[in-house]
Amino acid sequence: MNRTRRKIIHAGASLGVIGWARAVTAAEGGVEIALALAIKQYVGDAVVRAGKVKLDVAELVENGNTVPLSVAVDSPMTATDHVKSIAIFNERNPQRDVIRFALGPRSGRALVATRIRLATSQKLVAIAQLSDGSYWSHSADVIVTLAACVES
Amino acid sequence: MIGQARFAACRAVLLVLAATSFVCVAADKDPRRSGFDFMSPQTKAMQQDDASNPAMLWVSDGEALWNRRPGASERACAGCHAAAPESMRGIAASYPRFDATLQRPLDLRQRINVCRVEHQHAPPLAAESQELLSLEAFVAMQSRGLPIKPDADPRAQPFRERGAALFKQRIGQLDLSCTTCHDALAGQRLGSAVIPQAHPTGYPIYRLEWQGLGSLQRRLRGCMSGVRAEPFAYGAPELVELELYLMQRAAAMALEAPAVRP
Amino acid sequence: MARALITLPASAKRGEAIEIRTLIAHPMETGYRPGEDGRIVPRDLIRRLSCHYNDELVFSAEMFPATSANPFVSFYTLALASGTLRFTWEGDNGFLQTESRSISVT
Repeated sequence: MNRTRRKIIHAGASLGVIGWARAVTAAEGGVEIALALAIKQYVGDAVVRAGKVKLDVAELVENGNTVPLSVAVDSPMTATDHVKSIAIFNERNPQRDVIRFALGPRSGRALVATRIRLATSQKLVAIAQLSDGSYWSHSADVIVTLAACVES
Repeated sequence: MIGQARFAACRAVLLVLAATSFVCVAADKDPRRSGFDFMSPQTKAMQQDDASNPAMLWVSDGEALWNRRPGASERACAGCHAAAPESMRGIAASYPRFDATLQRPLDLRQRINVCRVEHQHAPPLAAESQELLSLEAFVAMQSRGLPIKPDADPRAQPFRERGAALFKQRIGQLDLSCTTCHDALAGQRLGSAVIPQAHPTGYPIYRLEWQGLGSLQRRLRGCMSGVRAEPFAYGAPELVELELYLMQRAAAMALEAPAVRP
Repeated sequence: MARALITLPASAKRGEAIEIRTLIAHPMETGYRPGEDGRIVPRDLIRRLSCHYNDELVFSAEMFPATSANPFVSFYTLALASGTLRFTWEGDNGFLQTESRSISVT
């Protein structure tokens, strides 16, 4: 059994959920679990702390197809102290991953921007991995409004 | 946790409603507003930055097409019109225009195709095709910032009046006319979307709902489907007449093409 | 070849962090969407954007279905030397596109 599967099963066991695979559904508990598992796959056993990261996204978006956002991390971006990667997760799309950026001491600034899709109103989480092995996060709740007229 | 989220949601919605009311109330003598004014700051920012406006992808394609010969012995658009910033300046702002040969108004897309067939001996480009949209976006951008200047040719007037009648005509299973929403209810909400005044200030637009670039005709057909009416076919005279009327209705408003819209 | 737009300064001071904005035309078909005929349209995504500065990898982004169509990505890089920035987009169905831009660093 590979390490990832072992970790997921441990996560499921530690959360005390029986039949955890089937719990990953639209039900509230399933949503939280799926997000937690996706984050755990990225950070492993490390603790994720809130702070250093600023996920900037509108509270209310006109269209879920194209939601601009940016992520800034408070870091000097030196050879010994920099951001290695930034991952963004969502809560209620068909899949948890949104986008992952790989940075480094050549980046100069830990500031990235992109546009994402949101299927419905939900929470977004941005997690930064630093060169010292620590993980930091910021989350934001986004309300997605749907188009009023159906075209076809 | 959930209580906080709901409160934040209510606050966000109230803020947006308040901002919308402000736009409607704080009007000078001209109450007309472009759809741009009703958009969120993020969508506005997307439109205003050429480095991040997705419509610019089509504009760059259009520029390449402008300079490309459709055949070895044929001229490119540039062969007759030289540099577009000079020759096409103000053009999109004044279309549709009455065409003396065909004795009816032509919109910009039809004019591009007439040029292709008559002067480049090339087949016309299909409606909403990548190439036609790209050329239209490139040409329209050369009028960016200029006031809309409807065709003053008196022969266009009967067609414009037909367009005005179409704008007021109730259609579809929902039995709504354009004016029902876009004149009487502009600024209010349909669902969570603010109803714009429906001025064609930004076409062709990158519409977030389409995840692509489209023409005014695509948008009009979309509206017709929305009220459960059979949409006019692409290139139908009714759509050109409507556009002729809409451009008169938006006379002197600044063109923003190519715009971004939700 | 998909259209791509890359915006970055033509010149910079040594050690300056410059902003690079990229935009590329691509439908980013999620693989979840039903088409006109009711059947699911197959997944067709750009999976990765990477930026090499004088052949050294300085940035990459791994994209998933939740990345919007016509993907826009902006990031920063340190202007350390004059040379070439090479942008590579790779994805499903053999999608591969490379664009290069020069930069002058003084």
